[in-house]
Amino acid sequence: MKPPPFEYHAPRSLPEAAKLLAELPDAKLIAGGQSLMPMLNFRFIAPSHLIDLNGIGELSYIRKSTDTVAIGAMTRQRDLELSSIVAAQLPVMREAVGYIGHVQTRNRGTIGGSLCHLDPAAELPAIAMAYDAEVDTVSIRGVRTMTMADFPAGYMTPRITADEIVKEVRLTAWHGRHSCAFEEFARRRGDFAIVSVVVLLSAGPDNRITRVALTLAGIGVAPMRISNAERLLLGKLPTTAAFEEAAAVCSTAEASEDPYASAAYRKYLIRTLTLRALNRAAQRLTAAR
Amino acid sequence: MERVPFVGQPIPRLEDDRLVRGHGQFVDDLAFPDTLEAAFVRSPHAHARILAIDAAAARAVPGVTAIFTLADLSPLLRNERLPLQFRNSQLPLNITPYVLAKTEVAFVGEIVAIVIAESRYVAEDAVTLVDVTYEPLPVVADCAKALEPGAPLVHLERPNNLIAEFTQAYGDIAGAFAQAPHQATLRLKQHRGGAHPIEGRGVVAVIDETENRLTVWTSTQLVHEARAFLMTLLGLDENRLRVVAPDVGGGFGAKFVLYPEEVAVAVSCLRLRRPIKWIEDRREHFLAAIQERDQYWQIEVAFEDDGTLLGIRGSLIHDQGAYTLQGVNLPFNASSAVPGPYVLPAYELRVYVAETNKVPTIPVRGAGYPEGTFAMERALDCIAQTLQFDRAEVRRRNLVPASKMPYTVPLRTRGESLIVLDSGDYPRCQRQALDAINYSTFRERQRRAHSEGRFLGIGVANGVKGTGRGPFECAIVRIGRSGQISVYTAAMCMGQGIKTALAQICADQLGLRPDDIAVVTGDTAVISHGFGGFASRQTVTAGSAVHLAAIAVREKAVLIASHILSTPVQDLEVRGGRIYKRTLPTEGLTLRELAEAMSGVPGYALPADFEPALESLQYFKPTGLAYSMASHAVEVEVDIATCNVRIVRYVAVNDAGRIINPMIAEGQIIGGIAHGIGNALFEWMGYDEQAQPITTTFGDYLLPGAMEVPVIETFFHESVSPLNPLGVKGVGELGCVPAAAAILSAVEDALASFHIHITETPLTPNRLFALMFGDQPAVLQSGQSPSRT
Amino acid sequence: MEHTHKVAITVNGQEREVAVPARLTLADLLRHHLHLTGTHLGCEHGVCGACTVLVDGAAVRSCLMLAVQAHGTKVETVESLSSLGALHPLQEAFMKHHALQCGFCTPGILMTLVAFLRDSRGVTAEAVRDALSGNLCRCTGYQNIVNAVLHAADHMPK
Repeated sequence: MKPPPFEYHAPRSLPEAAKLLAELPDAKLIAGGQSLMPMLNFRFIAPSHLIDLNGIGELSYIRKSTDTVAIGAMTRQRDLELSSIVAAQLPVMREAVGYIGHVQTRNRGTIGGSLCHLDPAAELPAIAMAYDAEVDTVSIRGVRTMTMADFPAGYMTPRITADEIVKEVRLTAWHGRHSCAFEEFARRRGDFAIVSVVVLLSAGPDNRITRVALTLAGIGVAPMRISNAERLLLGKLPTTAAFEEAAAVCSTAEASEDPYASAAYRKYLIRTLTLRALNRAAQRLTAAR
Repeated sequence: MERVPFVGQPIPRLEDDRLVRGHGQFVDDLAFPDTLEAAFVRSPHAHARILAIDAAAARAVPGVTAIFTLADLSPLLRNERLPLQFRNSQLPLNITPYVLAKTEVAFVGEIVAIVIAESRYVAEDAVTLVDVTYEPLPVVADCAKALEPGAPLVHLERPNNLIAEFTQAYGDIAGAFAQAPHQATLRLKQHRGGAHPIEGRGVVAVIDETENRLTVWTSTQLVHEARAFLMTLLGLDENRLRVVAPDVGGGFGAKFVLYPEEVAVAVSCLRLRRPIKWIEDRREHFLAAIQERDQYWQIEVAFEDDGTLLGIRGSLIHDQGAYTLQGVNLPFNASSAVPGPYVLPAYELRVYVAETNKVPTIPVRGAGYPEGTFAMERALDCIAQTLQFDRAEVRRRNLVPASKMPYTVPLRTRGESLIVLDSGDYPRCQRQALDAINYSTFRERQRRAHSEGRFLGIGVANGVKGTGRGPFECAIVRIGRSGQISVYTAAMCMGQGIKTALAQICADQLGLRPDDIAVVTGDTAVISHGFGGFASRQTVTAGSAVHLAAIAVREKAVLIASHILSTPVQDLEVRGGRIYKRTLPTEGLTLRELAEAMSGVPGYALPADFEPALESLQYFKPTGLAYSMASHAVEVEVDIATCNVRIVRYVAVNDAGRIINPMIAEGQIIGGIAHGIGNALFEWMGYDEQAQPITTTFGDYLLPGAMEVPVIETFFHESVSPLNPLGVKGVGELGCVPAAAAILSAVEDALASFHIHITETPLTPNRLFALMFGDQPAVLQSGQSPSRT
Repeated sequence: MEHTHKVAITVNGQEREVAVPARLTLADLLRHHLHLTGTHLGCEHGVCGACTVLVDGAAVRSCLMLAVQAHGTKVETVESLSSLGALHPLQEAFMKHHALQCGFCTPGILMTLVAFLRDSRGVTAEAVRDALSGNLCRCTGYQNIVNAVLHAADHMPK
């Protein structure tokens, strides 16, 4: 299983990379390589050119500003796992990153790569969705920003053109008293999730839910926010009954089917994981008082 | 002072130092000058005619040396098909694969052409450019469907897809069912699974022009068999062909056969006169390395009011795959393993061996015994459920008691000997397993957990494994003129520590330490005959041969020393590399000096009635299989909200006879159980309706990882086998035999309130969900008994 | 002939420079160009971990890295553990606790564990199994590997 031949380019800056991507026919970007290299080794793809982003230091950063945390596309998943900014500002990302593959994967894998690969069950796209992220892309035509909600165009297809490079993802941190929980179900430690659920939760002094973000991954072609379940929870007390109602709504989402997990089983898992995530988030909220 | 023998000690392994340093020499680590690398053009269709092969564009790729099809290699082959590994006049002709496909491909991955280039990278480039024109043909994707009237043919030239049919039977089965107060029917499906050693297959063929000899280095479990078949195919004799195994990174059955790929590489080497290397990648292992199963079982069990077995009868449809490489050993083993450690008065199983358009099947670790055991254990659980008896108690009532050993099961092994459970105390092993897992207090723990909304379950299963298969194994023990003690044997290393075990056995007889002894295995150049590593045979056969050879050498050495030292034999001690007078230790000879003397060196007169050389070649021919036994008790927790099964505790009581090295034996058990966990819960080798493999990566086909295998608590009960001078039994596969049965019995117990019946392996959460909340899927596709089409 | 790129890597403390095609994997560079065959290939798609090496101290799957991507880095393979002759405490522990059988997955596991022991604060059986979850072993069932690591952790210099 050896990769097919390609011409290799290692730009040192983002403008250089953008120029190469615009000019070279049939080119692919390589970031962490944890998704791309298997595809090359299996010869599922055979690009004529490979543009390596690993030499562009300016693409790797984690910066906190007032409302957001900006993360450069080439930031390694392992750095997200160990970052004190992520732990403080984006706690559910901190919780989820440990589920991405294994340490070996996370030492190379990047947030940009994960977003662009857009596996339906991947953790980072779901986290970005949960945090109402914005994604910046760069090309020779300039910078473009889109919301994470707009980012997925279809199954494993981000809404970016062939000459665009994802540069940064900005996640909007939650302030004030809030809690979060991440739940995923996978067959073995480190496997791709079958489904996962991300919950962010805020409540007022009366303990009624003031804000909730409910994101499902693995059920459809891309992670999705379940806004009708979120609306259901607003203003309610964080009781199991309320959560069961929300979980039931989540499990009505249309689910994909494959030889490993039927649609019915996926929905069943979603229901379980949504309930567990909401309960855990609620317990953490109480504990944080 | 009596010396503590090495046999029975958990000494560290001789194999380890180089392996742990990364200095192992596995087949891809071998480097010969001017080596070319091979890749194969493989069929993308499960069944098709080959209309044309156009390699022109591929040949033009820079760095490509040659591309061969069967037509190109035929002039160098005595036969276009591989020989059948286990000769069997009952089987039709022409059921083995071609060296490269001829006019018809019969499974996805079958090799059609070999591409030889300066590197694997370039060879793979060229493979993509070989243009093969296929005419797709109807596909047989299921072994039960293969036997239905009107089923398509797996091979166009055959009359039907049934290549063998036989019955295992004894006792009055009709009578057993006629008088039975109870009967139950079970339909089981045991799914295909792979061997997947972490090192795949690989071969390097090298011609030594000076020696005029072809050497084939191959990651194999059987160098002598491989050489025998290659000699037949290539028309070479023993002086012209050497087959050697380098370090082998696991076998588990996948390397227990000579493959078309190995032959194609060897022939290509003869043709090109340059070293050629082929290293299988994981995708190729998924497509073209042997697998085990599918099997459809339909059995009825007849039993008494007290839960004792009266009889089992039924049918087994076995998926042979597209070709037969060995014979019907796998379904034979599976069908003869059903009685297991139990008293089964009557038995009748009609076995149908069907071809399908999938990769061939042969034994993987367990070799059919797990399948037969699964059937019996499910039947026993069925009895327990029907009568509302405790499942362990039902087993206890049916286990062969110690007083009945040796116990004859009126079935024959493939070697034609009767199945005789030679030694053991099976009820005691089960008792020990139950005690260790606190079986008696489990119901209370289960009730408490249930009141908390948790679902715990417990399962018990027993199995036996016939080990030490013949016809023989041999060993040479030699004290060389250098003084080096060497053991040469056809035994094969693949990680199971056989070198250390053999060194321990030899050391004890010669008064040495194991690391004084060089054990040389897996090379046809050092010993002329033998069979290799499979079916848990080597400790028994090679071990006994080494034992006998070492004794013969010691006896000869002592006789010579007695002559040279003018001392009676009984007054001599053999220890520490010397033979000396017990009463005067300073007066003696080193083994090296003795070897020198026996080499005819002037200074030591060679006595007239002594044969030269201090060495002995011994064969050990087993008269019957030595049966090891295991009793597993497993506690599981089922998370009904996700249908995930977690193993809470795993206890395995093992009787593998006298244990040469307890540390190694325990390692074999744990490894076998890990594989059993895979068979039970994870390893589904999936195909679609067109016999296209679905699970072709390690992301889809799931081997258990460190978080999925729990701590295994092992206990050993050593019942000395009377069948060999060491009293040993094989242990390599034992862990695998009852594992799936025990685990799935525990899951059923955990979910008793859901009234599910687990009839299929592996049990994935997806499948468990369907069992708990949906319709049980039909297992047998046809309602009728299978028949010839 | 494919176009080659100059790659300068420090491997096990030694500076090496080779010219290799872009598509050559780091694993193949180590094994076939630098003759460090201790690192093995088990799957070439990033699951089995047999190819694990350390790149700038981090455990990575060398089958998923191009050799050109390792230009300018420090790579450590299993051969570095006993390069001065004596066995690393982990290797000693592996031998003592029967933590290897066929030995094919062992180098990758050793390198994963070297990184784990360097980075981790708490070495428990659970943490070790978690660290091992990216390495597949078909022989041992992992138990003795865990035992070896727990033993070695007590005896390793920090």
